[in-house]
Amino acid sequence: MKKHTLTGTLAALLTLGGLSVPALAGPEDVVVVNAWSRASIGMNRPGAAYMTIRNTGDEPVTLIGLATPLAMMPEIHETKTNAEGVSSMSPAGEIAIAPGESVALEPGGLHAMLMRLQEPMTEGETFPLTLLFDDGGEVTVEVPILGIAARGPED
Amino acid sequence: MRRRAILGYGAAGVGAVALMLFVGWWQVDGPGAPAPVGQRPVALTEMDFRLTDHEDNAVGPETLIGRPTMAFFGFTYCPDVCPTTLSDISGWLDDLGDEADEMNVVFITVDPERDTVETMAEYVGYFHPAIRGWTGPEEQIARVADGFRATYERVPTGSGDYTMNHTASVFLFAASGRFVTMIDYHEPREFAVPKIRRALEEEMEGAT
Repeated sequence: MKKHTLTGTLAALLTLGGLSVPALAGPEDVVVVNAWSRASIGMNRPGAAYMTIRNTGDEPVTLIGLATPLAMMPEIHETKTNAEGVSSMSPAGEIAIAPGESVALEPGGLHAMLMRLQEPMTEGETFPLTLLFDDGGEVTVEVPILGIAARGPED
Repeated sequence: MRRRAILGYGAAGVGAVALMLFVGWWQVDGPGAPAPVGQRPVALTEMDFRLTDHEDNAVGPETLIGRPTMAFFGFTYCPDVCPTTLSDISGWLDDLGDEADEMNVVFITVDPERDTVETMAEYVGYFHPAIRGWTGPEEQIARVADGFRATYERVPTGSGDYTMNHTASVFLFAASGRFVTMIDYHEPREFAVPKIRRALEEEMEGAT
């Protein structure tokens, strides 16, 4: 409630000051932390990126897609492992994040699948990844590329 | 009279127990048992397949006998599960240290069309040096999967590309070739490492 008031005041101040307030209520409340990815071998194989997406706002947000100059077909996929131990991967579709909630993209679950790489993913470099939301909002993060055997954002 | 009644009750009781035992057997082990969810792999000594390792050596199940073995399936075009499994295994091997030196660690591709010997060599080179990469003709891969009771399936992803669904568990065998246990995909290290130790210890018991 307090935060809401503060945002309102800020919006009023900005409007008074002649600056336009971003029209997108959702994505400005989206915080992305712990983004990382693994280096690729060449460009033929798909890459994968991981991160935690937090909705710090008061409204639900819905992630509907990805964009990056690194890959022609970036999509959010989900790995599932059944009772027989067989893993499969499929597009995850839209991902709704309730207010105050987070969604973790992590190995063995949701991940940003980077298909049709335009260049190799080289350890030590970064690439921009844009998250697209259903209200037209966008959030762009710089994703660090770690080693091919990395296990998490700290590796 | 009284004694006879007791005997009668006793006989009825024995009959009831026998019936319960029979029903129990029928449901658990007998013809009424549910089909096993994941069947156990056969012993390595009962498998028969010919593959090639990433250094171009001819290999088969007999290559693994004499040392405990950790084996798993995957493919190098796999963006999530396989690098995660290979990284997990590399971490477990680091934890085990010297103990893991006398162990076979084998990554078997389910995508021999793209995973040639050269491809496997490059790929395993990025992970723990103990990990060997095995590939071979499709019909031989099918025989390996059959012995492990593992499955794999090619799934088109559009525009001519494909991915593979596959059993992602890590299989552990004793030095004798006997199947010991398996580690589920992405199982935490605190569970995985003791399981590997079990396979290693079984070898020692067998040796003494």
